[in-house]
Amino acid sequence: MTNTPLLELVCPAGTPSSLRTAVDAGAHAVYCGFNDETNARNFPGLNFSPDELRDGIAYAHKAGAKVLVAINTFATAGATETWRKAVDRAVTSGADAIIAADIAVLDHCATHHPKQRLHLSVQAAANTPEAIEFYAQTFGVKRVVLPRVLSVSEIAALNAEISVETEVFVFGGLCVMTEGRCALSSYATGKSPNLTGVCSPPDHVSYCEDPSGNLLTRLGGFTIDSFPQGEPAGYPTLCKGQFTARGKTSHLFEDPVSLNAADLLPDLARAGVTALKIEGRQRGKAYIGQVVRAFRSAVDALAAGADTLPDMAALKGLSEGGRQTAGSYRKTWR
Amino acid sequence: MSAAPIELALGPCLFNWPADRMTDFYARIADEAPVERVYVGEVVCGKRMPFTDPIWADVIERLTGAGKTVVFSSLAQPSSKRDRNALTLQAGYDLPIEINDMCMLPACTGRPFTAGPFLNCYNEVCLSFLAARGATDWCPPVELPLSSIRTIAALVPEVGIELFAFGRLPLALSSRCYHARSHGLSKDSCQFVCDKDPDGMDVTTVDGQRFLATNGIQTLSDSCQVAALAPDHLRSLGISRLRLSPHSTDMVRVASLFRQCLDREIAPDELEARLEETGLPAPICNAYLNGDAGWKKETLSL
Repeated sequence: MTNTPLLELVCPAGTPSSLRTAVDAGAHAVYCGFNDETNARNFPGLNFSPDELRDGIAYAHKAGAKVLVAINTFATAGATETWRKAVDRAVTSGADAIIAADIAVLDHCATHHPKQRLHLSVQAAANTPEAIEFYAQTFGVKRVVLPRVLSVSEIAALNAEISVETEVFVFGGLCVMTEGRCALSSYATGKSPNLTGVCSPPDHVSYCEDPSGNLLTRLGGFTIDSFPQGEPAGYPTLCKGQFTARGKTSHLFEDPVSLNAADLLPDLARAGVTALKIEGRQRGKAYIGQVVRAFRSAVDALAAGADTLPDMAALKGLSEGGRQTAGSYRKTWR
Repeated sequence: MSAAPIELALGPCLFNWPADRMTDFYARIADEAPVERVYVGEVVCGKRMPFTDPIWADVIERLTGAGKTVVFSSLAQPSSKRDRNALTLQAGYDLPIEINDMCMLPACTGRPFTAGPFLNCYNEVCLSFLAARGATDWCPPVELPLSSIRTIAALVPEVGIELFAFGRLPLALSSRCYHARSHGLSKDSCQFVCDKDPDGMDVTTVDGQRFLATNGIQTLSDSCQVAALAPDHLRSLGISRLRLSPHSTDMVRVASLFRQCLDREIAPDELEARLEETGLPAPICNAYLNGDAGWKKETLSL
């Protein structure tokens, strides 16, 4: 394995302190958002004020790391100014790139800040050369974050047909549905990634016991999963629950697993991917530090031509429930 | 405010119906359904296209002959090379087209098109952008509330707005096929088992509550959206057409009831009651229109 360019490691920062942790652990870039509905992790206690963003960017730049600002929800009708102002603030704060999905946001940035680097958010769900080239040519998008619908060989074929960089998710939470094209959460709760930047929001979660003593986890009035007495109950993320169809109860959409594509890094590098994204802006500092260090050592080894990657077994313990999948990167997942 | 009558449209059939059933269905729509516009074409899964491709030419001729405006609706999530080639062909059809993925935009820019409900168009800036490239009509995403639709309609009056008014709500797309998965198959060897469920496969919670329906790679609501709104009310919101999504219930009857409501022969609450008598696949919902959880049934407040 030789001549592998260094893959850029893009790491989550839900708070200023996790930004510093990610940078210290070797992130080439961190991504974060403002503490409002303009970003797709709009959870209480997360995200950055304008001042915190400025300070975070200064910290990252001093260490040679980049900061990518996610303004990646869809602007509310009649209130698009909030999103435009978020773009303006990110630009003046010195963001290295803005990650956007909505045409309103992309158009504002391309028109008013033509020199600002733009990345296309996964929420735009652009997975064909035609869609990607549309965003590249219309708004000058330089990189696209691919939705988790493609296999590694499809990513390679895609990269051969497009003029921009690609970034793929390699670790953390796994959307089973195509990102940006899922309204399951709002159907149950009224809140969704596209509308409000949240999925399966905690203020709609409740727990109760059924007559046999099982613990039911509920979201917006629907039971998402059932756990026998004494067993740990998982968070009721809608698409990871158990449901009944054709008389069978199962994890119909996906098991409660998370993504780990660490084994596929050499393949992703060969497929022409530029950057690897770690999910988890809602995660704590300890988690961020461990995951970032593990992946940084792997991409460094890969770039140095190592035949084998460092042992990443420690990552196994860092997933919810400890169970992991390579998701759509392996075609059999479908 | 224009007093033009509110139109009715039959949306694309989202389900895997056999070709002969589809042919019969559209023949009856052509002859009997009081709808001005009919969307045809496969929207959900490119693997189904070889089954229905051969019927469209005759279906379109039949519908056009009956005076309907026929719109070819395109795939919502093209992925394979075959899907993409099909879309390139469709972009060249001499027929109005509905775009359901941004990848179709470059090929269609400059010609009139309908922006479909699968596009992430949530505000007036996005709709103006699409209008500048040829969008003449727009069916908003199903989770968009009436308050947003009214705002957008007022700011982008040149685009006709078509509200998703009847049928299970298309909620999500995936690269994974849930029909195949529930039958122990993979998407690549799916045996087209989605044809077993002409209205989608019912999905309930572990404690037996109705919840969702799957249709291949698509997930729909269990509940059946019914936007029962009086014509003056629709006009005040800037809505000029209602979209009825095909189900196995009697769609001619469904369209006739909506038409009666738009003609003020029956009130909106009577429309709901009569629709329930036709044998809907599931209970009625409508609360997305209020900006609330989509599964609920509420009094429409706007």
